[in-house]
Amino acid sequence: MADAVFRITDLRKSFGPTQVLGGVSLELHAGEVTVLMGANGAGKSTLVRIVSGVYDRDGGTITLDGKDFAPASPAEAIRAGVVTVHQNINDGVVVALDVATNLTLDRLNGAGAKFLYNPRRVRRQAREVAARMGLDVDLDAEIGKLSLADRQMVAIARAMAHEPKVLILDEPTSSLSSAEANRLFSVVDRLRERGVAILYISHRMSDIRRLADRIVSLRDGRITGLFDVKPLDYEGAVNAMLGQKINLSQVAVKDADRTVFSVENLSLAGHARPFSLKLGDGEVVAITGLVGVGKTALAETLFGLRRPLGGSMQMRGRSYAPRSTADAIAAGVFLVAKDRAENGIVKDFNVYENMSLPFLDRISRFGVSRRRAERATARASIAELGIVCRTERDDMATLSGGNQQKTMVARWMSQPANLFILDEPFQGVDIAARRDIATKLRASAAGRATLIFVTEIDEALETADRILVMSEHTIVGEHRNAEVDIDRLLAEIAGQPVRGAA
Amino acid sequence: MTPRDFAIKYGFIALLLGLIVFFTLATDGFASPQAAVFIFQSVAITGVLALGVTATLVVGGFDLSIGSVATTAMMAAAYAMVVLEQNALVAVVICIVIGVLVGLINGYLIVYMRVPDLLATLGMMFLLVGLQRIPTEGRSIATGMTMPDGSVANGTFSPAFLALGRHRFDFFIPNLIPVSVVVLLILAVLIWFFLEYTRFGRMMYAVGSNPRAAELAGAPVKAYKIWAYVISGVFASIGGILLAARLGRGDIASGNNLLLDSVAAALIGFAVLGAAKPNAFGTAIGALFVGVLLQGLTMMNAPYYTQDFVKGAVLVVALVFTFALSNRGRS
Repeated sequence: MADAVFRITDLRKSFGPTQVLGGVSLELHAGEVTVLMGANGAGKSTLVRIVSGVYDRDGGTITLDGKDFAPASPAEAIRAGVVTVHQNINDGVVVALDVATNLTLDRLNGAGAKFLYNPRRVRRQAREVAARMGLDVDLDAEIGKLSLADRQMVAIARAMAHEPKVLILDEPTSSLSSAEANRLFSVVDRLRERGVAILYISHRMSDIRRLADRIVSLRDGRITGLFDVKPLDYEGAVNAMLGQKINLSQVAVKDADRTVFSVENLSLAGHARPFSLKLGDGEVVAITGLVGVGKTALAETLFGLRRPLGGSMQMRGRSYAPRSTADAIAAGVFLVAKDRAENGIVKDFNVYENMSLPFLDRISRFGVSRRRAERATARASIAELGIVCRTERDDMATLSGGNQQKTMVARWMSQPANLFILDEPFQGVDIAARRDIATKLRASAAGRATLIFVTEIDEALETADRILVMSEHTIVGEHRNAEVDIDRLLAEIAGQPVRGAA
Repeated sequence: MTPRDFAIKYGFIALLLGLIVFFTLATDGFASPQAAVFIFQSVAITGVLALGVTATLVVGGFDLSIGSVATTAMMAAAYAMVVLEQNALVAVVICIVIGVLVGLINGYLIVYMRVPDLLATLGMMFLLVGLQRIPTEGRSIATGMTMPDGSVANGTFSPAFLALGRHRFDFFIPNLIPVSVVVLLILAVLIWFFLEYTRFGRMMYAVGSNPRAAELAGAPVKAYKIWAYVISGVFASIGGILLAARLGRGDIASGNNLLLDSVAAALIGFAVLGAAKPNAFGTAIGALFVGVLLQGLTMMNAPYYTQDFVKGAVLVVALVFTFALSNRGRS
């Protein structure tokens, strides 16, 4: 095997007290596609940002062609020959400009750039770039008029104009259709033939099967698996990425009796098979699956944020069709949304104001909020969930991630729910806080149905009575959380037929 | 509390008290009840407008149309009484309706048409500045004026309406406090209570800080935003009523400074008590601060044309307080 073109050794990075990368070592070889798999929060984005010169690293070395590589800025990384195409396609293009200008944008900056903008020269250079990449897009078109896939082709072509030695593609297919993805794959094939070392970040199994020469699994800031022997062990890679190393005896599995909430023939996306499910009183059900398989779409449908394409929902025997979040809350359906910084925390509010947010109307009298009652409720929640803070009047920013998440959970637990939904409740949460939240969820589960959406299998095994698997916007598997057949679970997550029904 | 925290929290109030002490020592008669009332009266109309715009700032918006809403309301009141010969109540109702309508249109443009707040209200400002001139072909409105069709407008400002601008209540001293000051104080207390102590006010702050989180907590985010612009419009039209009552005519050239002065007061309010966010108490203090400063300088014979410069300087200092010194502004 060829020597590594690009070598990362013992890379470390922390943000404040949280260690995001705890000594990552990784090699990329010329003419090979190395796939990096990792769940949310595993540290993929941080790794990419360090390599592309956005973040500084805390420790470790990176070498390119045997020479030390330490870019101080994204521009420097590109000049050195390490080019990154970021996940958000629109970060790679300037929407207001046409294709030709976008392809040559980098030549408008830096030393040697001409003061005057010469449209003819730009077009000539753009044609060269496009020809070399086999890019089949109208050079005069405005980026805003192109499809996402075309925009991405432009972003990649623009990146390739630098003749990079290393190309990093960060979840490039996350917003592409399968036909568009195929076009991307052939471009990747061509670059591989030209000897570019490619780091391909994805958790889409179909992409990975199609492209990977090697797979590296990242979990909690550490490399947990390297697979480079063909045929590649895809399930092993998923397993290494999601991890499962706990003892299953932790959960005393209960079987639900009465159905609280049910869904019939629900359809979440045009191509997806409709599905049904029943959630019982006192039951904690986890829905697991890779990113982008429709977990959040389901959570949002249940909470009235989007309408299902078909099917019906029943709450305690009555039809349930929320038209807004307020409808859902009135029906006793509560959602702890994922990504608390964006969807949960009101950062101008302190802890107790954040907790009382959805139920201010119930706490208030004649519209006048009763701060004393709010604070008493908040103090009770703080004690119950073991939230570490000085007082209920602390700023949210002073709390750790785990305690912020506990606050978000406490927000919804002060009132009785019929259906309590938590979308990725353990994201960016330390292990102790995760245990506290899970324990609290299970202890308080009676009288409602509890539904949690998690990507990591561990989290499902730790908290749930029943585990459902989602893939391609539908439910593909169900497991009672006792003696779970992990192989079958992983196979369902990876979206492949069960081998020999075993 | 470090000295820095202390400075952020009480710096502006201390500065205000310091100014009052300084002017009291440096001039004759600054510390009299009459002078105090005069300061309040000088900031009454901008204060009312500023309290309204505070509501839009709270939901993360902005309302540039308040100045022109006020002058439009003034012209409408004058038109109703002088040309249409209506009574004071009708004139007041017309003004309030204008405020509500403009607020609804602003809110609709911003929430449903997705026009950025600054641009939508800028457009509305232009529209109103033009609209208020159309009925009289650009003339000011006063009793005895000639209308475009050659007739003479014989209506008069009703005494009841003029009283809004000229009546003074007894308060220990006879004829001390003008109606406009009472209106300012009442509205200030109302909006302060509304924003700080009702669940609607709290949700408005939530909408301004994180609209997504507010929506996920069940708040009708769009309705809250529209209501904020309605509040702003109504407050501005009340300001316009006070202006018309003070002038006793529909003066096409008045009210030029209303927008900038009231926005400045609301922004200065960010710095009061280290709030680093829009708040009614701060806005009131901000308006008062400007009033005290101008009154003091005037009594020390500073020329009138330095006033805008002084206001601008105060605003810049207040913004530095808010954004550079306080940690909460630095997010």
